[in-house]
Amino acid sequence: MTSEFAVELRDVVKQFITPEGNQLNAVDHVTMQIKNGEFFSMLGSSGCGKTTSLRMIAGFEWTTEGEVYIEGKPMGHTPPFQRKVNTVFQSYALFQHMSVYQNIAFGLEMEGVKEEEIKKRVGRALEMVQLTGMERRKPKQLSGGQQQRVAVARALVKTPDVLLLDEPLGALDLKLRKEMQLELKALQQQLGITFVYVTHDQEEALTMSDRIAVMSQGKVQQMGTPVEIYERPANKFVADFIGESNFLEGKIKSLEKDDARVFIPALNMEIRGLPISEGLVKGEEVVVSIRPEKIRITDKNAKAENLFHAVVKNTVYIGADTHIYVSAQGVNLKVLEQNHISRLDPNSFYHVGQDVGLMLMPENTLVLKKDA
Amino acid sequence: MNPYKRAPFVIIATTLVYIFLYAPIVGLILYSFNASRANVTFEGFITERSDKVVMDGSMVVSSPCGAFHWYCDLAKNNDVLEAAGNTMTIAITATIIATIIGTMSAIALQRYDFKIKPFSQLSLYIPIVIPEIVMGIGALTLFSQLFSWVNSTFALTGDARLSLGMATVAISHIAFMVPFVTLVVQARLQGFDKSYEEAAMDLGANEWITFRRVTFPMILPGVLSGALLAFTLSLDDFVITFFTNGPGSTTLPIYVYGLLRRIITPQVNALSTVWILVVFSAVVLLQILQSRESKQHS
Repeated sequence: MTSEFAVELRDVVKQFITPEGNQLNAVDHVTMQIKNGEFFSMLGSSGCGKTTSLRMIAGFEWTTEGEVYIEGKPMGHTPPFQRKVNTVFQSYALFQHMSVYQNIAFGLEMEGVKEEEIKKRVGRALEMVQLTGMERRKPKQLSGGQQQRVAVARALVKTPDVLLLDEPLGALDLKLRKEMQLELKALQQQLGITFVYVTHDQEEALTMSDRIAVMSQGKVQQMGTPVEIYERPANKFVADFIGESNFLEGKIKSLEKDDARVFIPALNMEIRGLPISEGLVKGEEVVVSIRPEKIRITDKNAKAENLFHAVVKNTVYIGADTHIYVSAQGVNLKVLEQNHISRLDPNSFYHVGQDVGLMLMPENTLVLKKDA
Repeated sequence: MNPYKRAPFVIIATTLVYIFLYAPIVGLILYSFNASRANVTFEGFITERSDKVVMDGSMVVSSPCGAFHWYCDLAKNNDVLEAAGNTMTIAITATIIATIIGTMSAIALQRYDFKIKPFSQLSLYIPIVIPEIVMGIGALTLFSQLFSWVNSTFALTGDARLSLGMATVAISHIAFMVPFVTLVVQARLQGFDKSYEEAAMDLGANEWITFRRVTFPMILPGVLSGALLAFTLSLDDFVITFFTNGPGSTTLPIYVYGLLRRIITPQVNALSTVWILVVFSAVVLLQILQSRESKQHS
């Protein structure tokens, strides 16, 4: 391995011409560095440019501007069959006219591997995805989950430097998807291969990834570990897209490195929070973002910093959690409490109309730029 | 239960369709065993020794082949054998070439965008909708003009002179077969997911191996249907062949037409029966192949 990075995208642009004849940057000046042995996810809703980025790494699309590097080498117009990466397709793309064995052996045949060696390696690949004995089946005779495993085995048998996965679990039902998430993650850790994983499912990305790139409109909104992305979303888009957030609009009154005072007109009070977005200035119109589970409900008469009154509008019991919808002077907020106590007693719930105090921890009260 | 099953109209219509479709064929086959030399009346099946009194020489007196008298007769007829050979040679050659060209154009039309694409697509329909006689006359004009120009320019004499024959028939057949193949293959390609080809390339196959190992096997049923359609069109083509054939390139349809103008013996029926059997077996074979294929795939 010559490079620290398995895959690198440097200022990559991919332009398409829409049917109406307009230019559209499906990928808009994206720079990413994916480390060796990393489980890296590109997360975003459809049309955010994640699949196009993956296809440029695979070599199915060429960059309009910028360059893709694999193991430090610029790829230029290198065709897919000369790149040391392999892809697991969303549709699996298993060759219907070939058996499971032939599908997995195909890539090795292309490398000119000897027949006994192919036999051995296909056997091992099947073992790895727990499909031993299925060699002679045709893809159509397998369940969705089994087809998915064949697709993974077919790509991994080539021992690529990087495995690209394009929403590989999208077609599976929820339970199987959860199982496969853990299996894929275990497989990646066991083999130490770099995985680049494309998904629109935030939970999937959080569960599996070492690092995540959150994408929107062709741009990377934030890149970081699952914890960083959830706990310290870089902007309003990420705070909204990953998990749930309450937003309060306000104006910065004073600003220091780790301390921002924001006046919230709707609450008619000043809130202390953590400045997150880069380039915030005093007097700027901003949004303050708080996760529902980071809000503490206290006694209505308590007096403390970042505390204000609210009225309970509704409570919803979800099993593990209870969602409490409150209104603070017309501002609707959602609060989440874990049910670590038994809820069998109806009085253990806040009741509708109850006056409560809401307390925001400054380190979880994130001050973000308004338009992003 | 199907509510239309018992509607009298449906039964009558179905019966009529079958009568008009198959009665002529059944009759034709029946008459190939006719004891009478004349093809107009059915005088009963031929037996090894016909007891019937020969009044006017129209009856077959003895037949070493039994009921298959006219088939034996046919087998001894060198003209028929030659015409059958010509027909098969032309049909097979033209089918192979037309299938290759048609498949390639279908793939090109499916995969690439180019300026004259709408025109190319439209031009496929022209040979299909245009009256065959127009194409026949057109082909004849083209070949005769071209050949006379080549023959005079290069001062060709004797056997070297270009003239109408097997090649001109085959070329004309290819010309009208290509659109049929292209359209049939195109229909198959319509549902073809591009990710199969991407997967092959991703696994290390170059464009050619991808086509040979993945694309082609997957569209093969469409290619075979197109080829079979083209083959049968070539086998029974009369009009275009009529205009473009020359000495030594008589095909079966042309030969039968010639026979009909002279005397009609049940030999023609025997010939037609054999012909039907050949085409029918080809169709059945293809059906079996395709149903086996689809069984594997579902």
